[in-house]
Amino acid sequence: MSDYIFYPGCAMESSARAYDISLKAISKTLGIGIKDVDDWNCCGATEYLSISATPAYALIARNLALASRQVNGSNTVMASCSACYLNLTKADHNMAVDPKFGIKINQALEAGGLSYQPGALEIKHILDIMVNDIGLEKIKSKVKRPLEGLRVAPYLGCMVPRPDYASRFSDAEQPVELDMLLESLGAEVVDFPLRTACCGGHMTQISPDTAFDLINRLVKAADDQQADLMVTACPMCQMNLDAFQGEMNHHFKTNFKMPILFFTQLVGLAFGYEASELGFGLELVSAKSALSKLGMKAPESDSAAKVKKPPKGELPMPAPLPKMPRSAEKEATQ
Amino acid sequence: MTELQTVDLPTTIPKHKKSLLSEVAARTAGKSNIEMCIQCGTCGGSCPSAADMDHTPRAIFALLKAGVRDEALRSNTPWMCVSCYYCTVRCPQDIHITDVMYTLKNIAVEEKIYTDSTAPDFSKTFINMVENYGRSFEVGLAGIHNLKHFIGRLPGMTPMVIGMLTKKGMPITPPKRIKGMAQLKKILKRAKELEAV
Repeated sequence: MSDYIFYPGCAMESSARAYDISLKAISKTLGIGIKDVDDWNCCGATEYLSISATPAYALIARNLALASRQVNGSNTVMASCSACYLNLTKADHNMAVDPKFGIKINQALEAGGLSYQPGALEIKHILDIMVNDIGLEKIKSKVKRPLEGLRVAPYLGCMVPRPDYASRFSDAEQPVELDMLLESLGAEVVDFPLRTACCGGHMTQISPDTAFDLINRLVKAADDQQADLMVTACPMCQMNLDAFQGEMNHHFKTNFKMPILFFTQLVGLAFGYEASELGFGLELVSAKSALSKLGMKAPESDSAAKVKKPPKGELPMPAPLPKMPRSAEKEATQ
Repeated sequence: MTELQTVDLPTTIPKHKKSLLSEVAARTAGKSNIEMCIQCGTCGGSCPSAADMDHTPRAIFALLKAGVRDEALRSNTPWMCVSCYYCTVRCPQDIHITDVMYTLKNIAVEEKIYTDSTAPDFSKTFINMVENYGRSFEVGLAGIHNLKHFIGRLPGMTPMVIGMLTKKGMPITPPKRIKGMAQLKKILKRAKELEAV
């Protein structure tokens, strides 16, 4: 059993719970031990870097310093969110190639009694660990329910493959790892050249039209290939394509209903877990149709979690006239 | 757009006066390679949000090289950057373009010379939460930001918001503070002092 120091990142507890739930489930099957970085903090996403570099990197480096204290046998830090993964990698890389900068960040850490030696940790994305550490053969051997007939668009987004620091595991523009993993689960991987195109990042909050355009391109490309669903390895991509798909549809007068899932959810399905054990139902564009293709039902929580309509009597409207059966009507008039 | 008057190459600038290019290079973490730009335009051609930018990244590099400080720093270009790193991996000169964009944003924030406050406000609201809880707070962030900048958009967003809170079950209360909040505050305070040096 290999152990990993895990940096979950904020989204795993909020918008990307399905990623967290499914990851924890499949890690049991794969025999991976996961130990969170104790008292980790937010990596700052793309926001702190926009405001001020030194505190932004110090914020990231506190996590590196805490993780390096937990090194016990394995020095690999596993990240699930691609922005977290990039930020951790980026801080480690820049502290190493720019020693003056590394000293500056360590001076900041020192104020909190911490320090980090660049290169002390190996930072890896879950996808890298699954394909390169665990290996596709082992994953294939755990498949109990092959995803036959399921057409999947593999969408990786920007920050897993780019920028191509020396430690990166995949091609910067057309990586094949996610495709290979999905194929090993028995899924039919559609031709999806936009696999590393941008989902718009925080543009849904800055310049919505820019974001809608990018979201539209991606969803349309998957739909053109008659994909049943898209999978991602990034909470931001999942949120943009899933939660903003409705607003995007409204903007372009389209009617896409493309389910957006985390790749770990599909791994879990193939491993034989039930949809309810993998965070299905947490997506806004329902994955019901895709699940039914596998002969599976969406979990109960899916329908139960929908906005409950208040009982009719409580609505501030005139109550509709009760419809009486004809016979009763006759009796009443008599 | 201001017409480019002169192009001062860094070598022609007196040593006592730091060029804009070297200022930006010095403030960028790691190696920016910014002085290596050959104006090929691969960056702008690769950029998914270039259509919404005042200047393409290539034009920004020309402005920086020419020392046209104000126009470069007021441009919406860095704020429209989506951090996808396409330009960075495609640049034949290995310029860390995305990181240079971050540096330009840092300077614009410091000198308060951005034209549109939407993006800087979003970043500030985000980091304000991180500085208080040690974690980000997605629902609170989106709520505060959209009330301030996109109030007209809220009706159209309602179904999504309801979905986020019910179906996705996103927490509506702030996250639990990290245990080392005092430690993180000390680190950030020191980092801010070091940034100012």
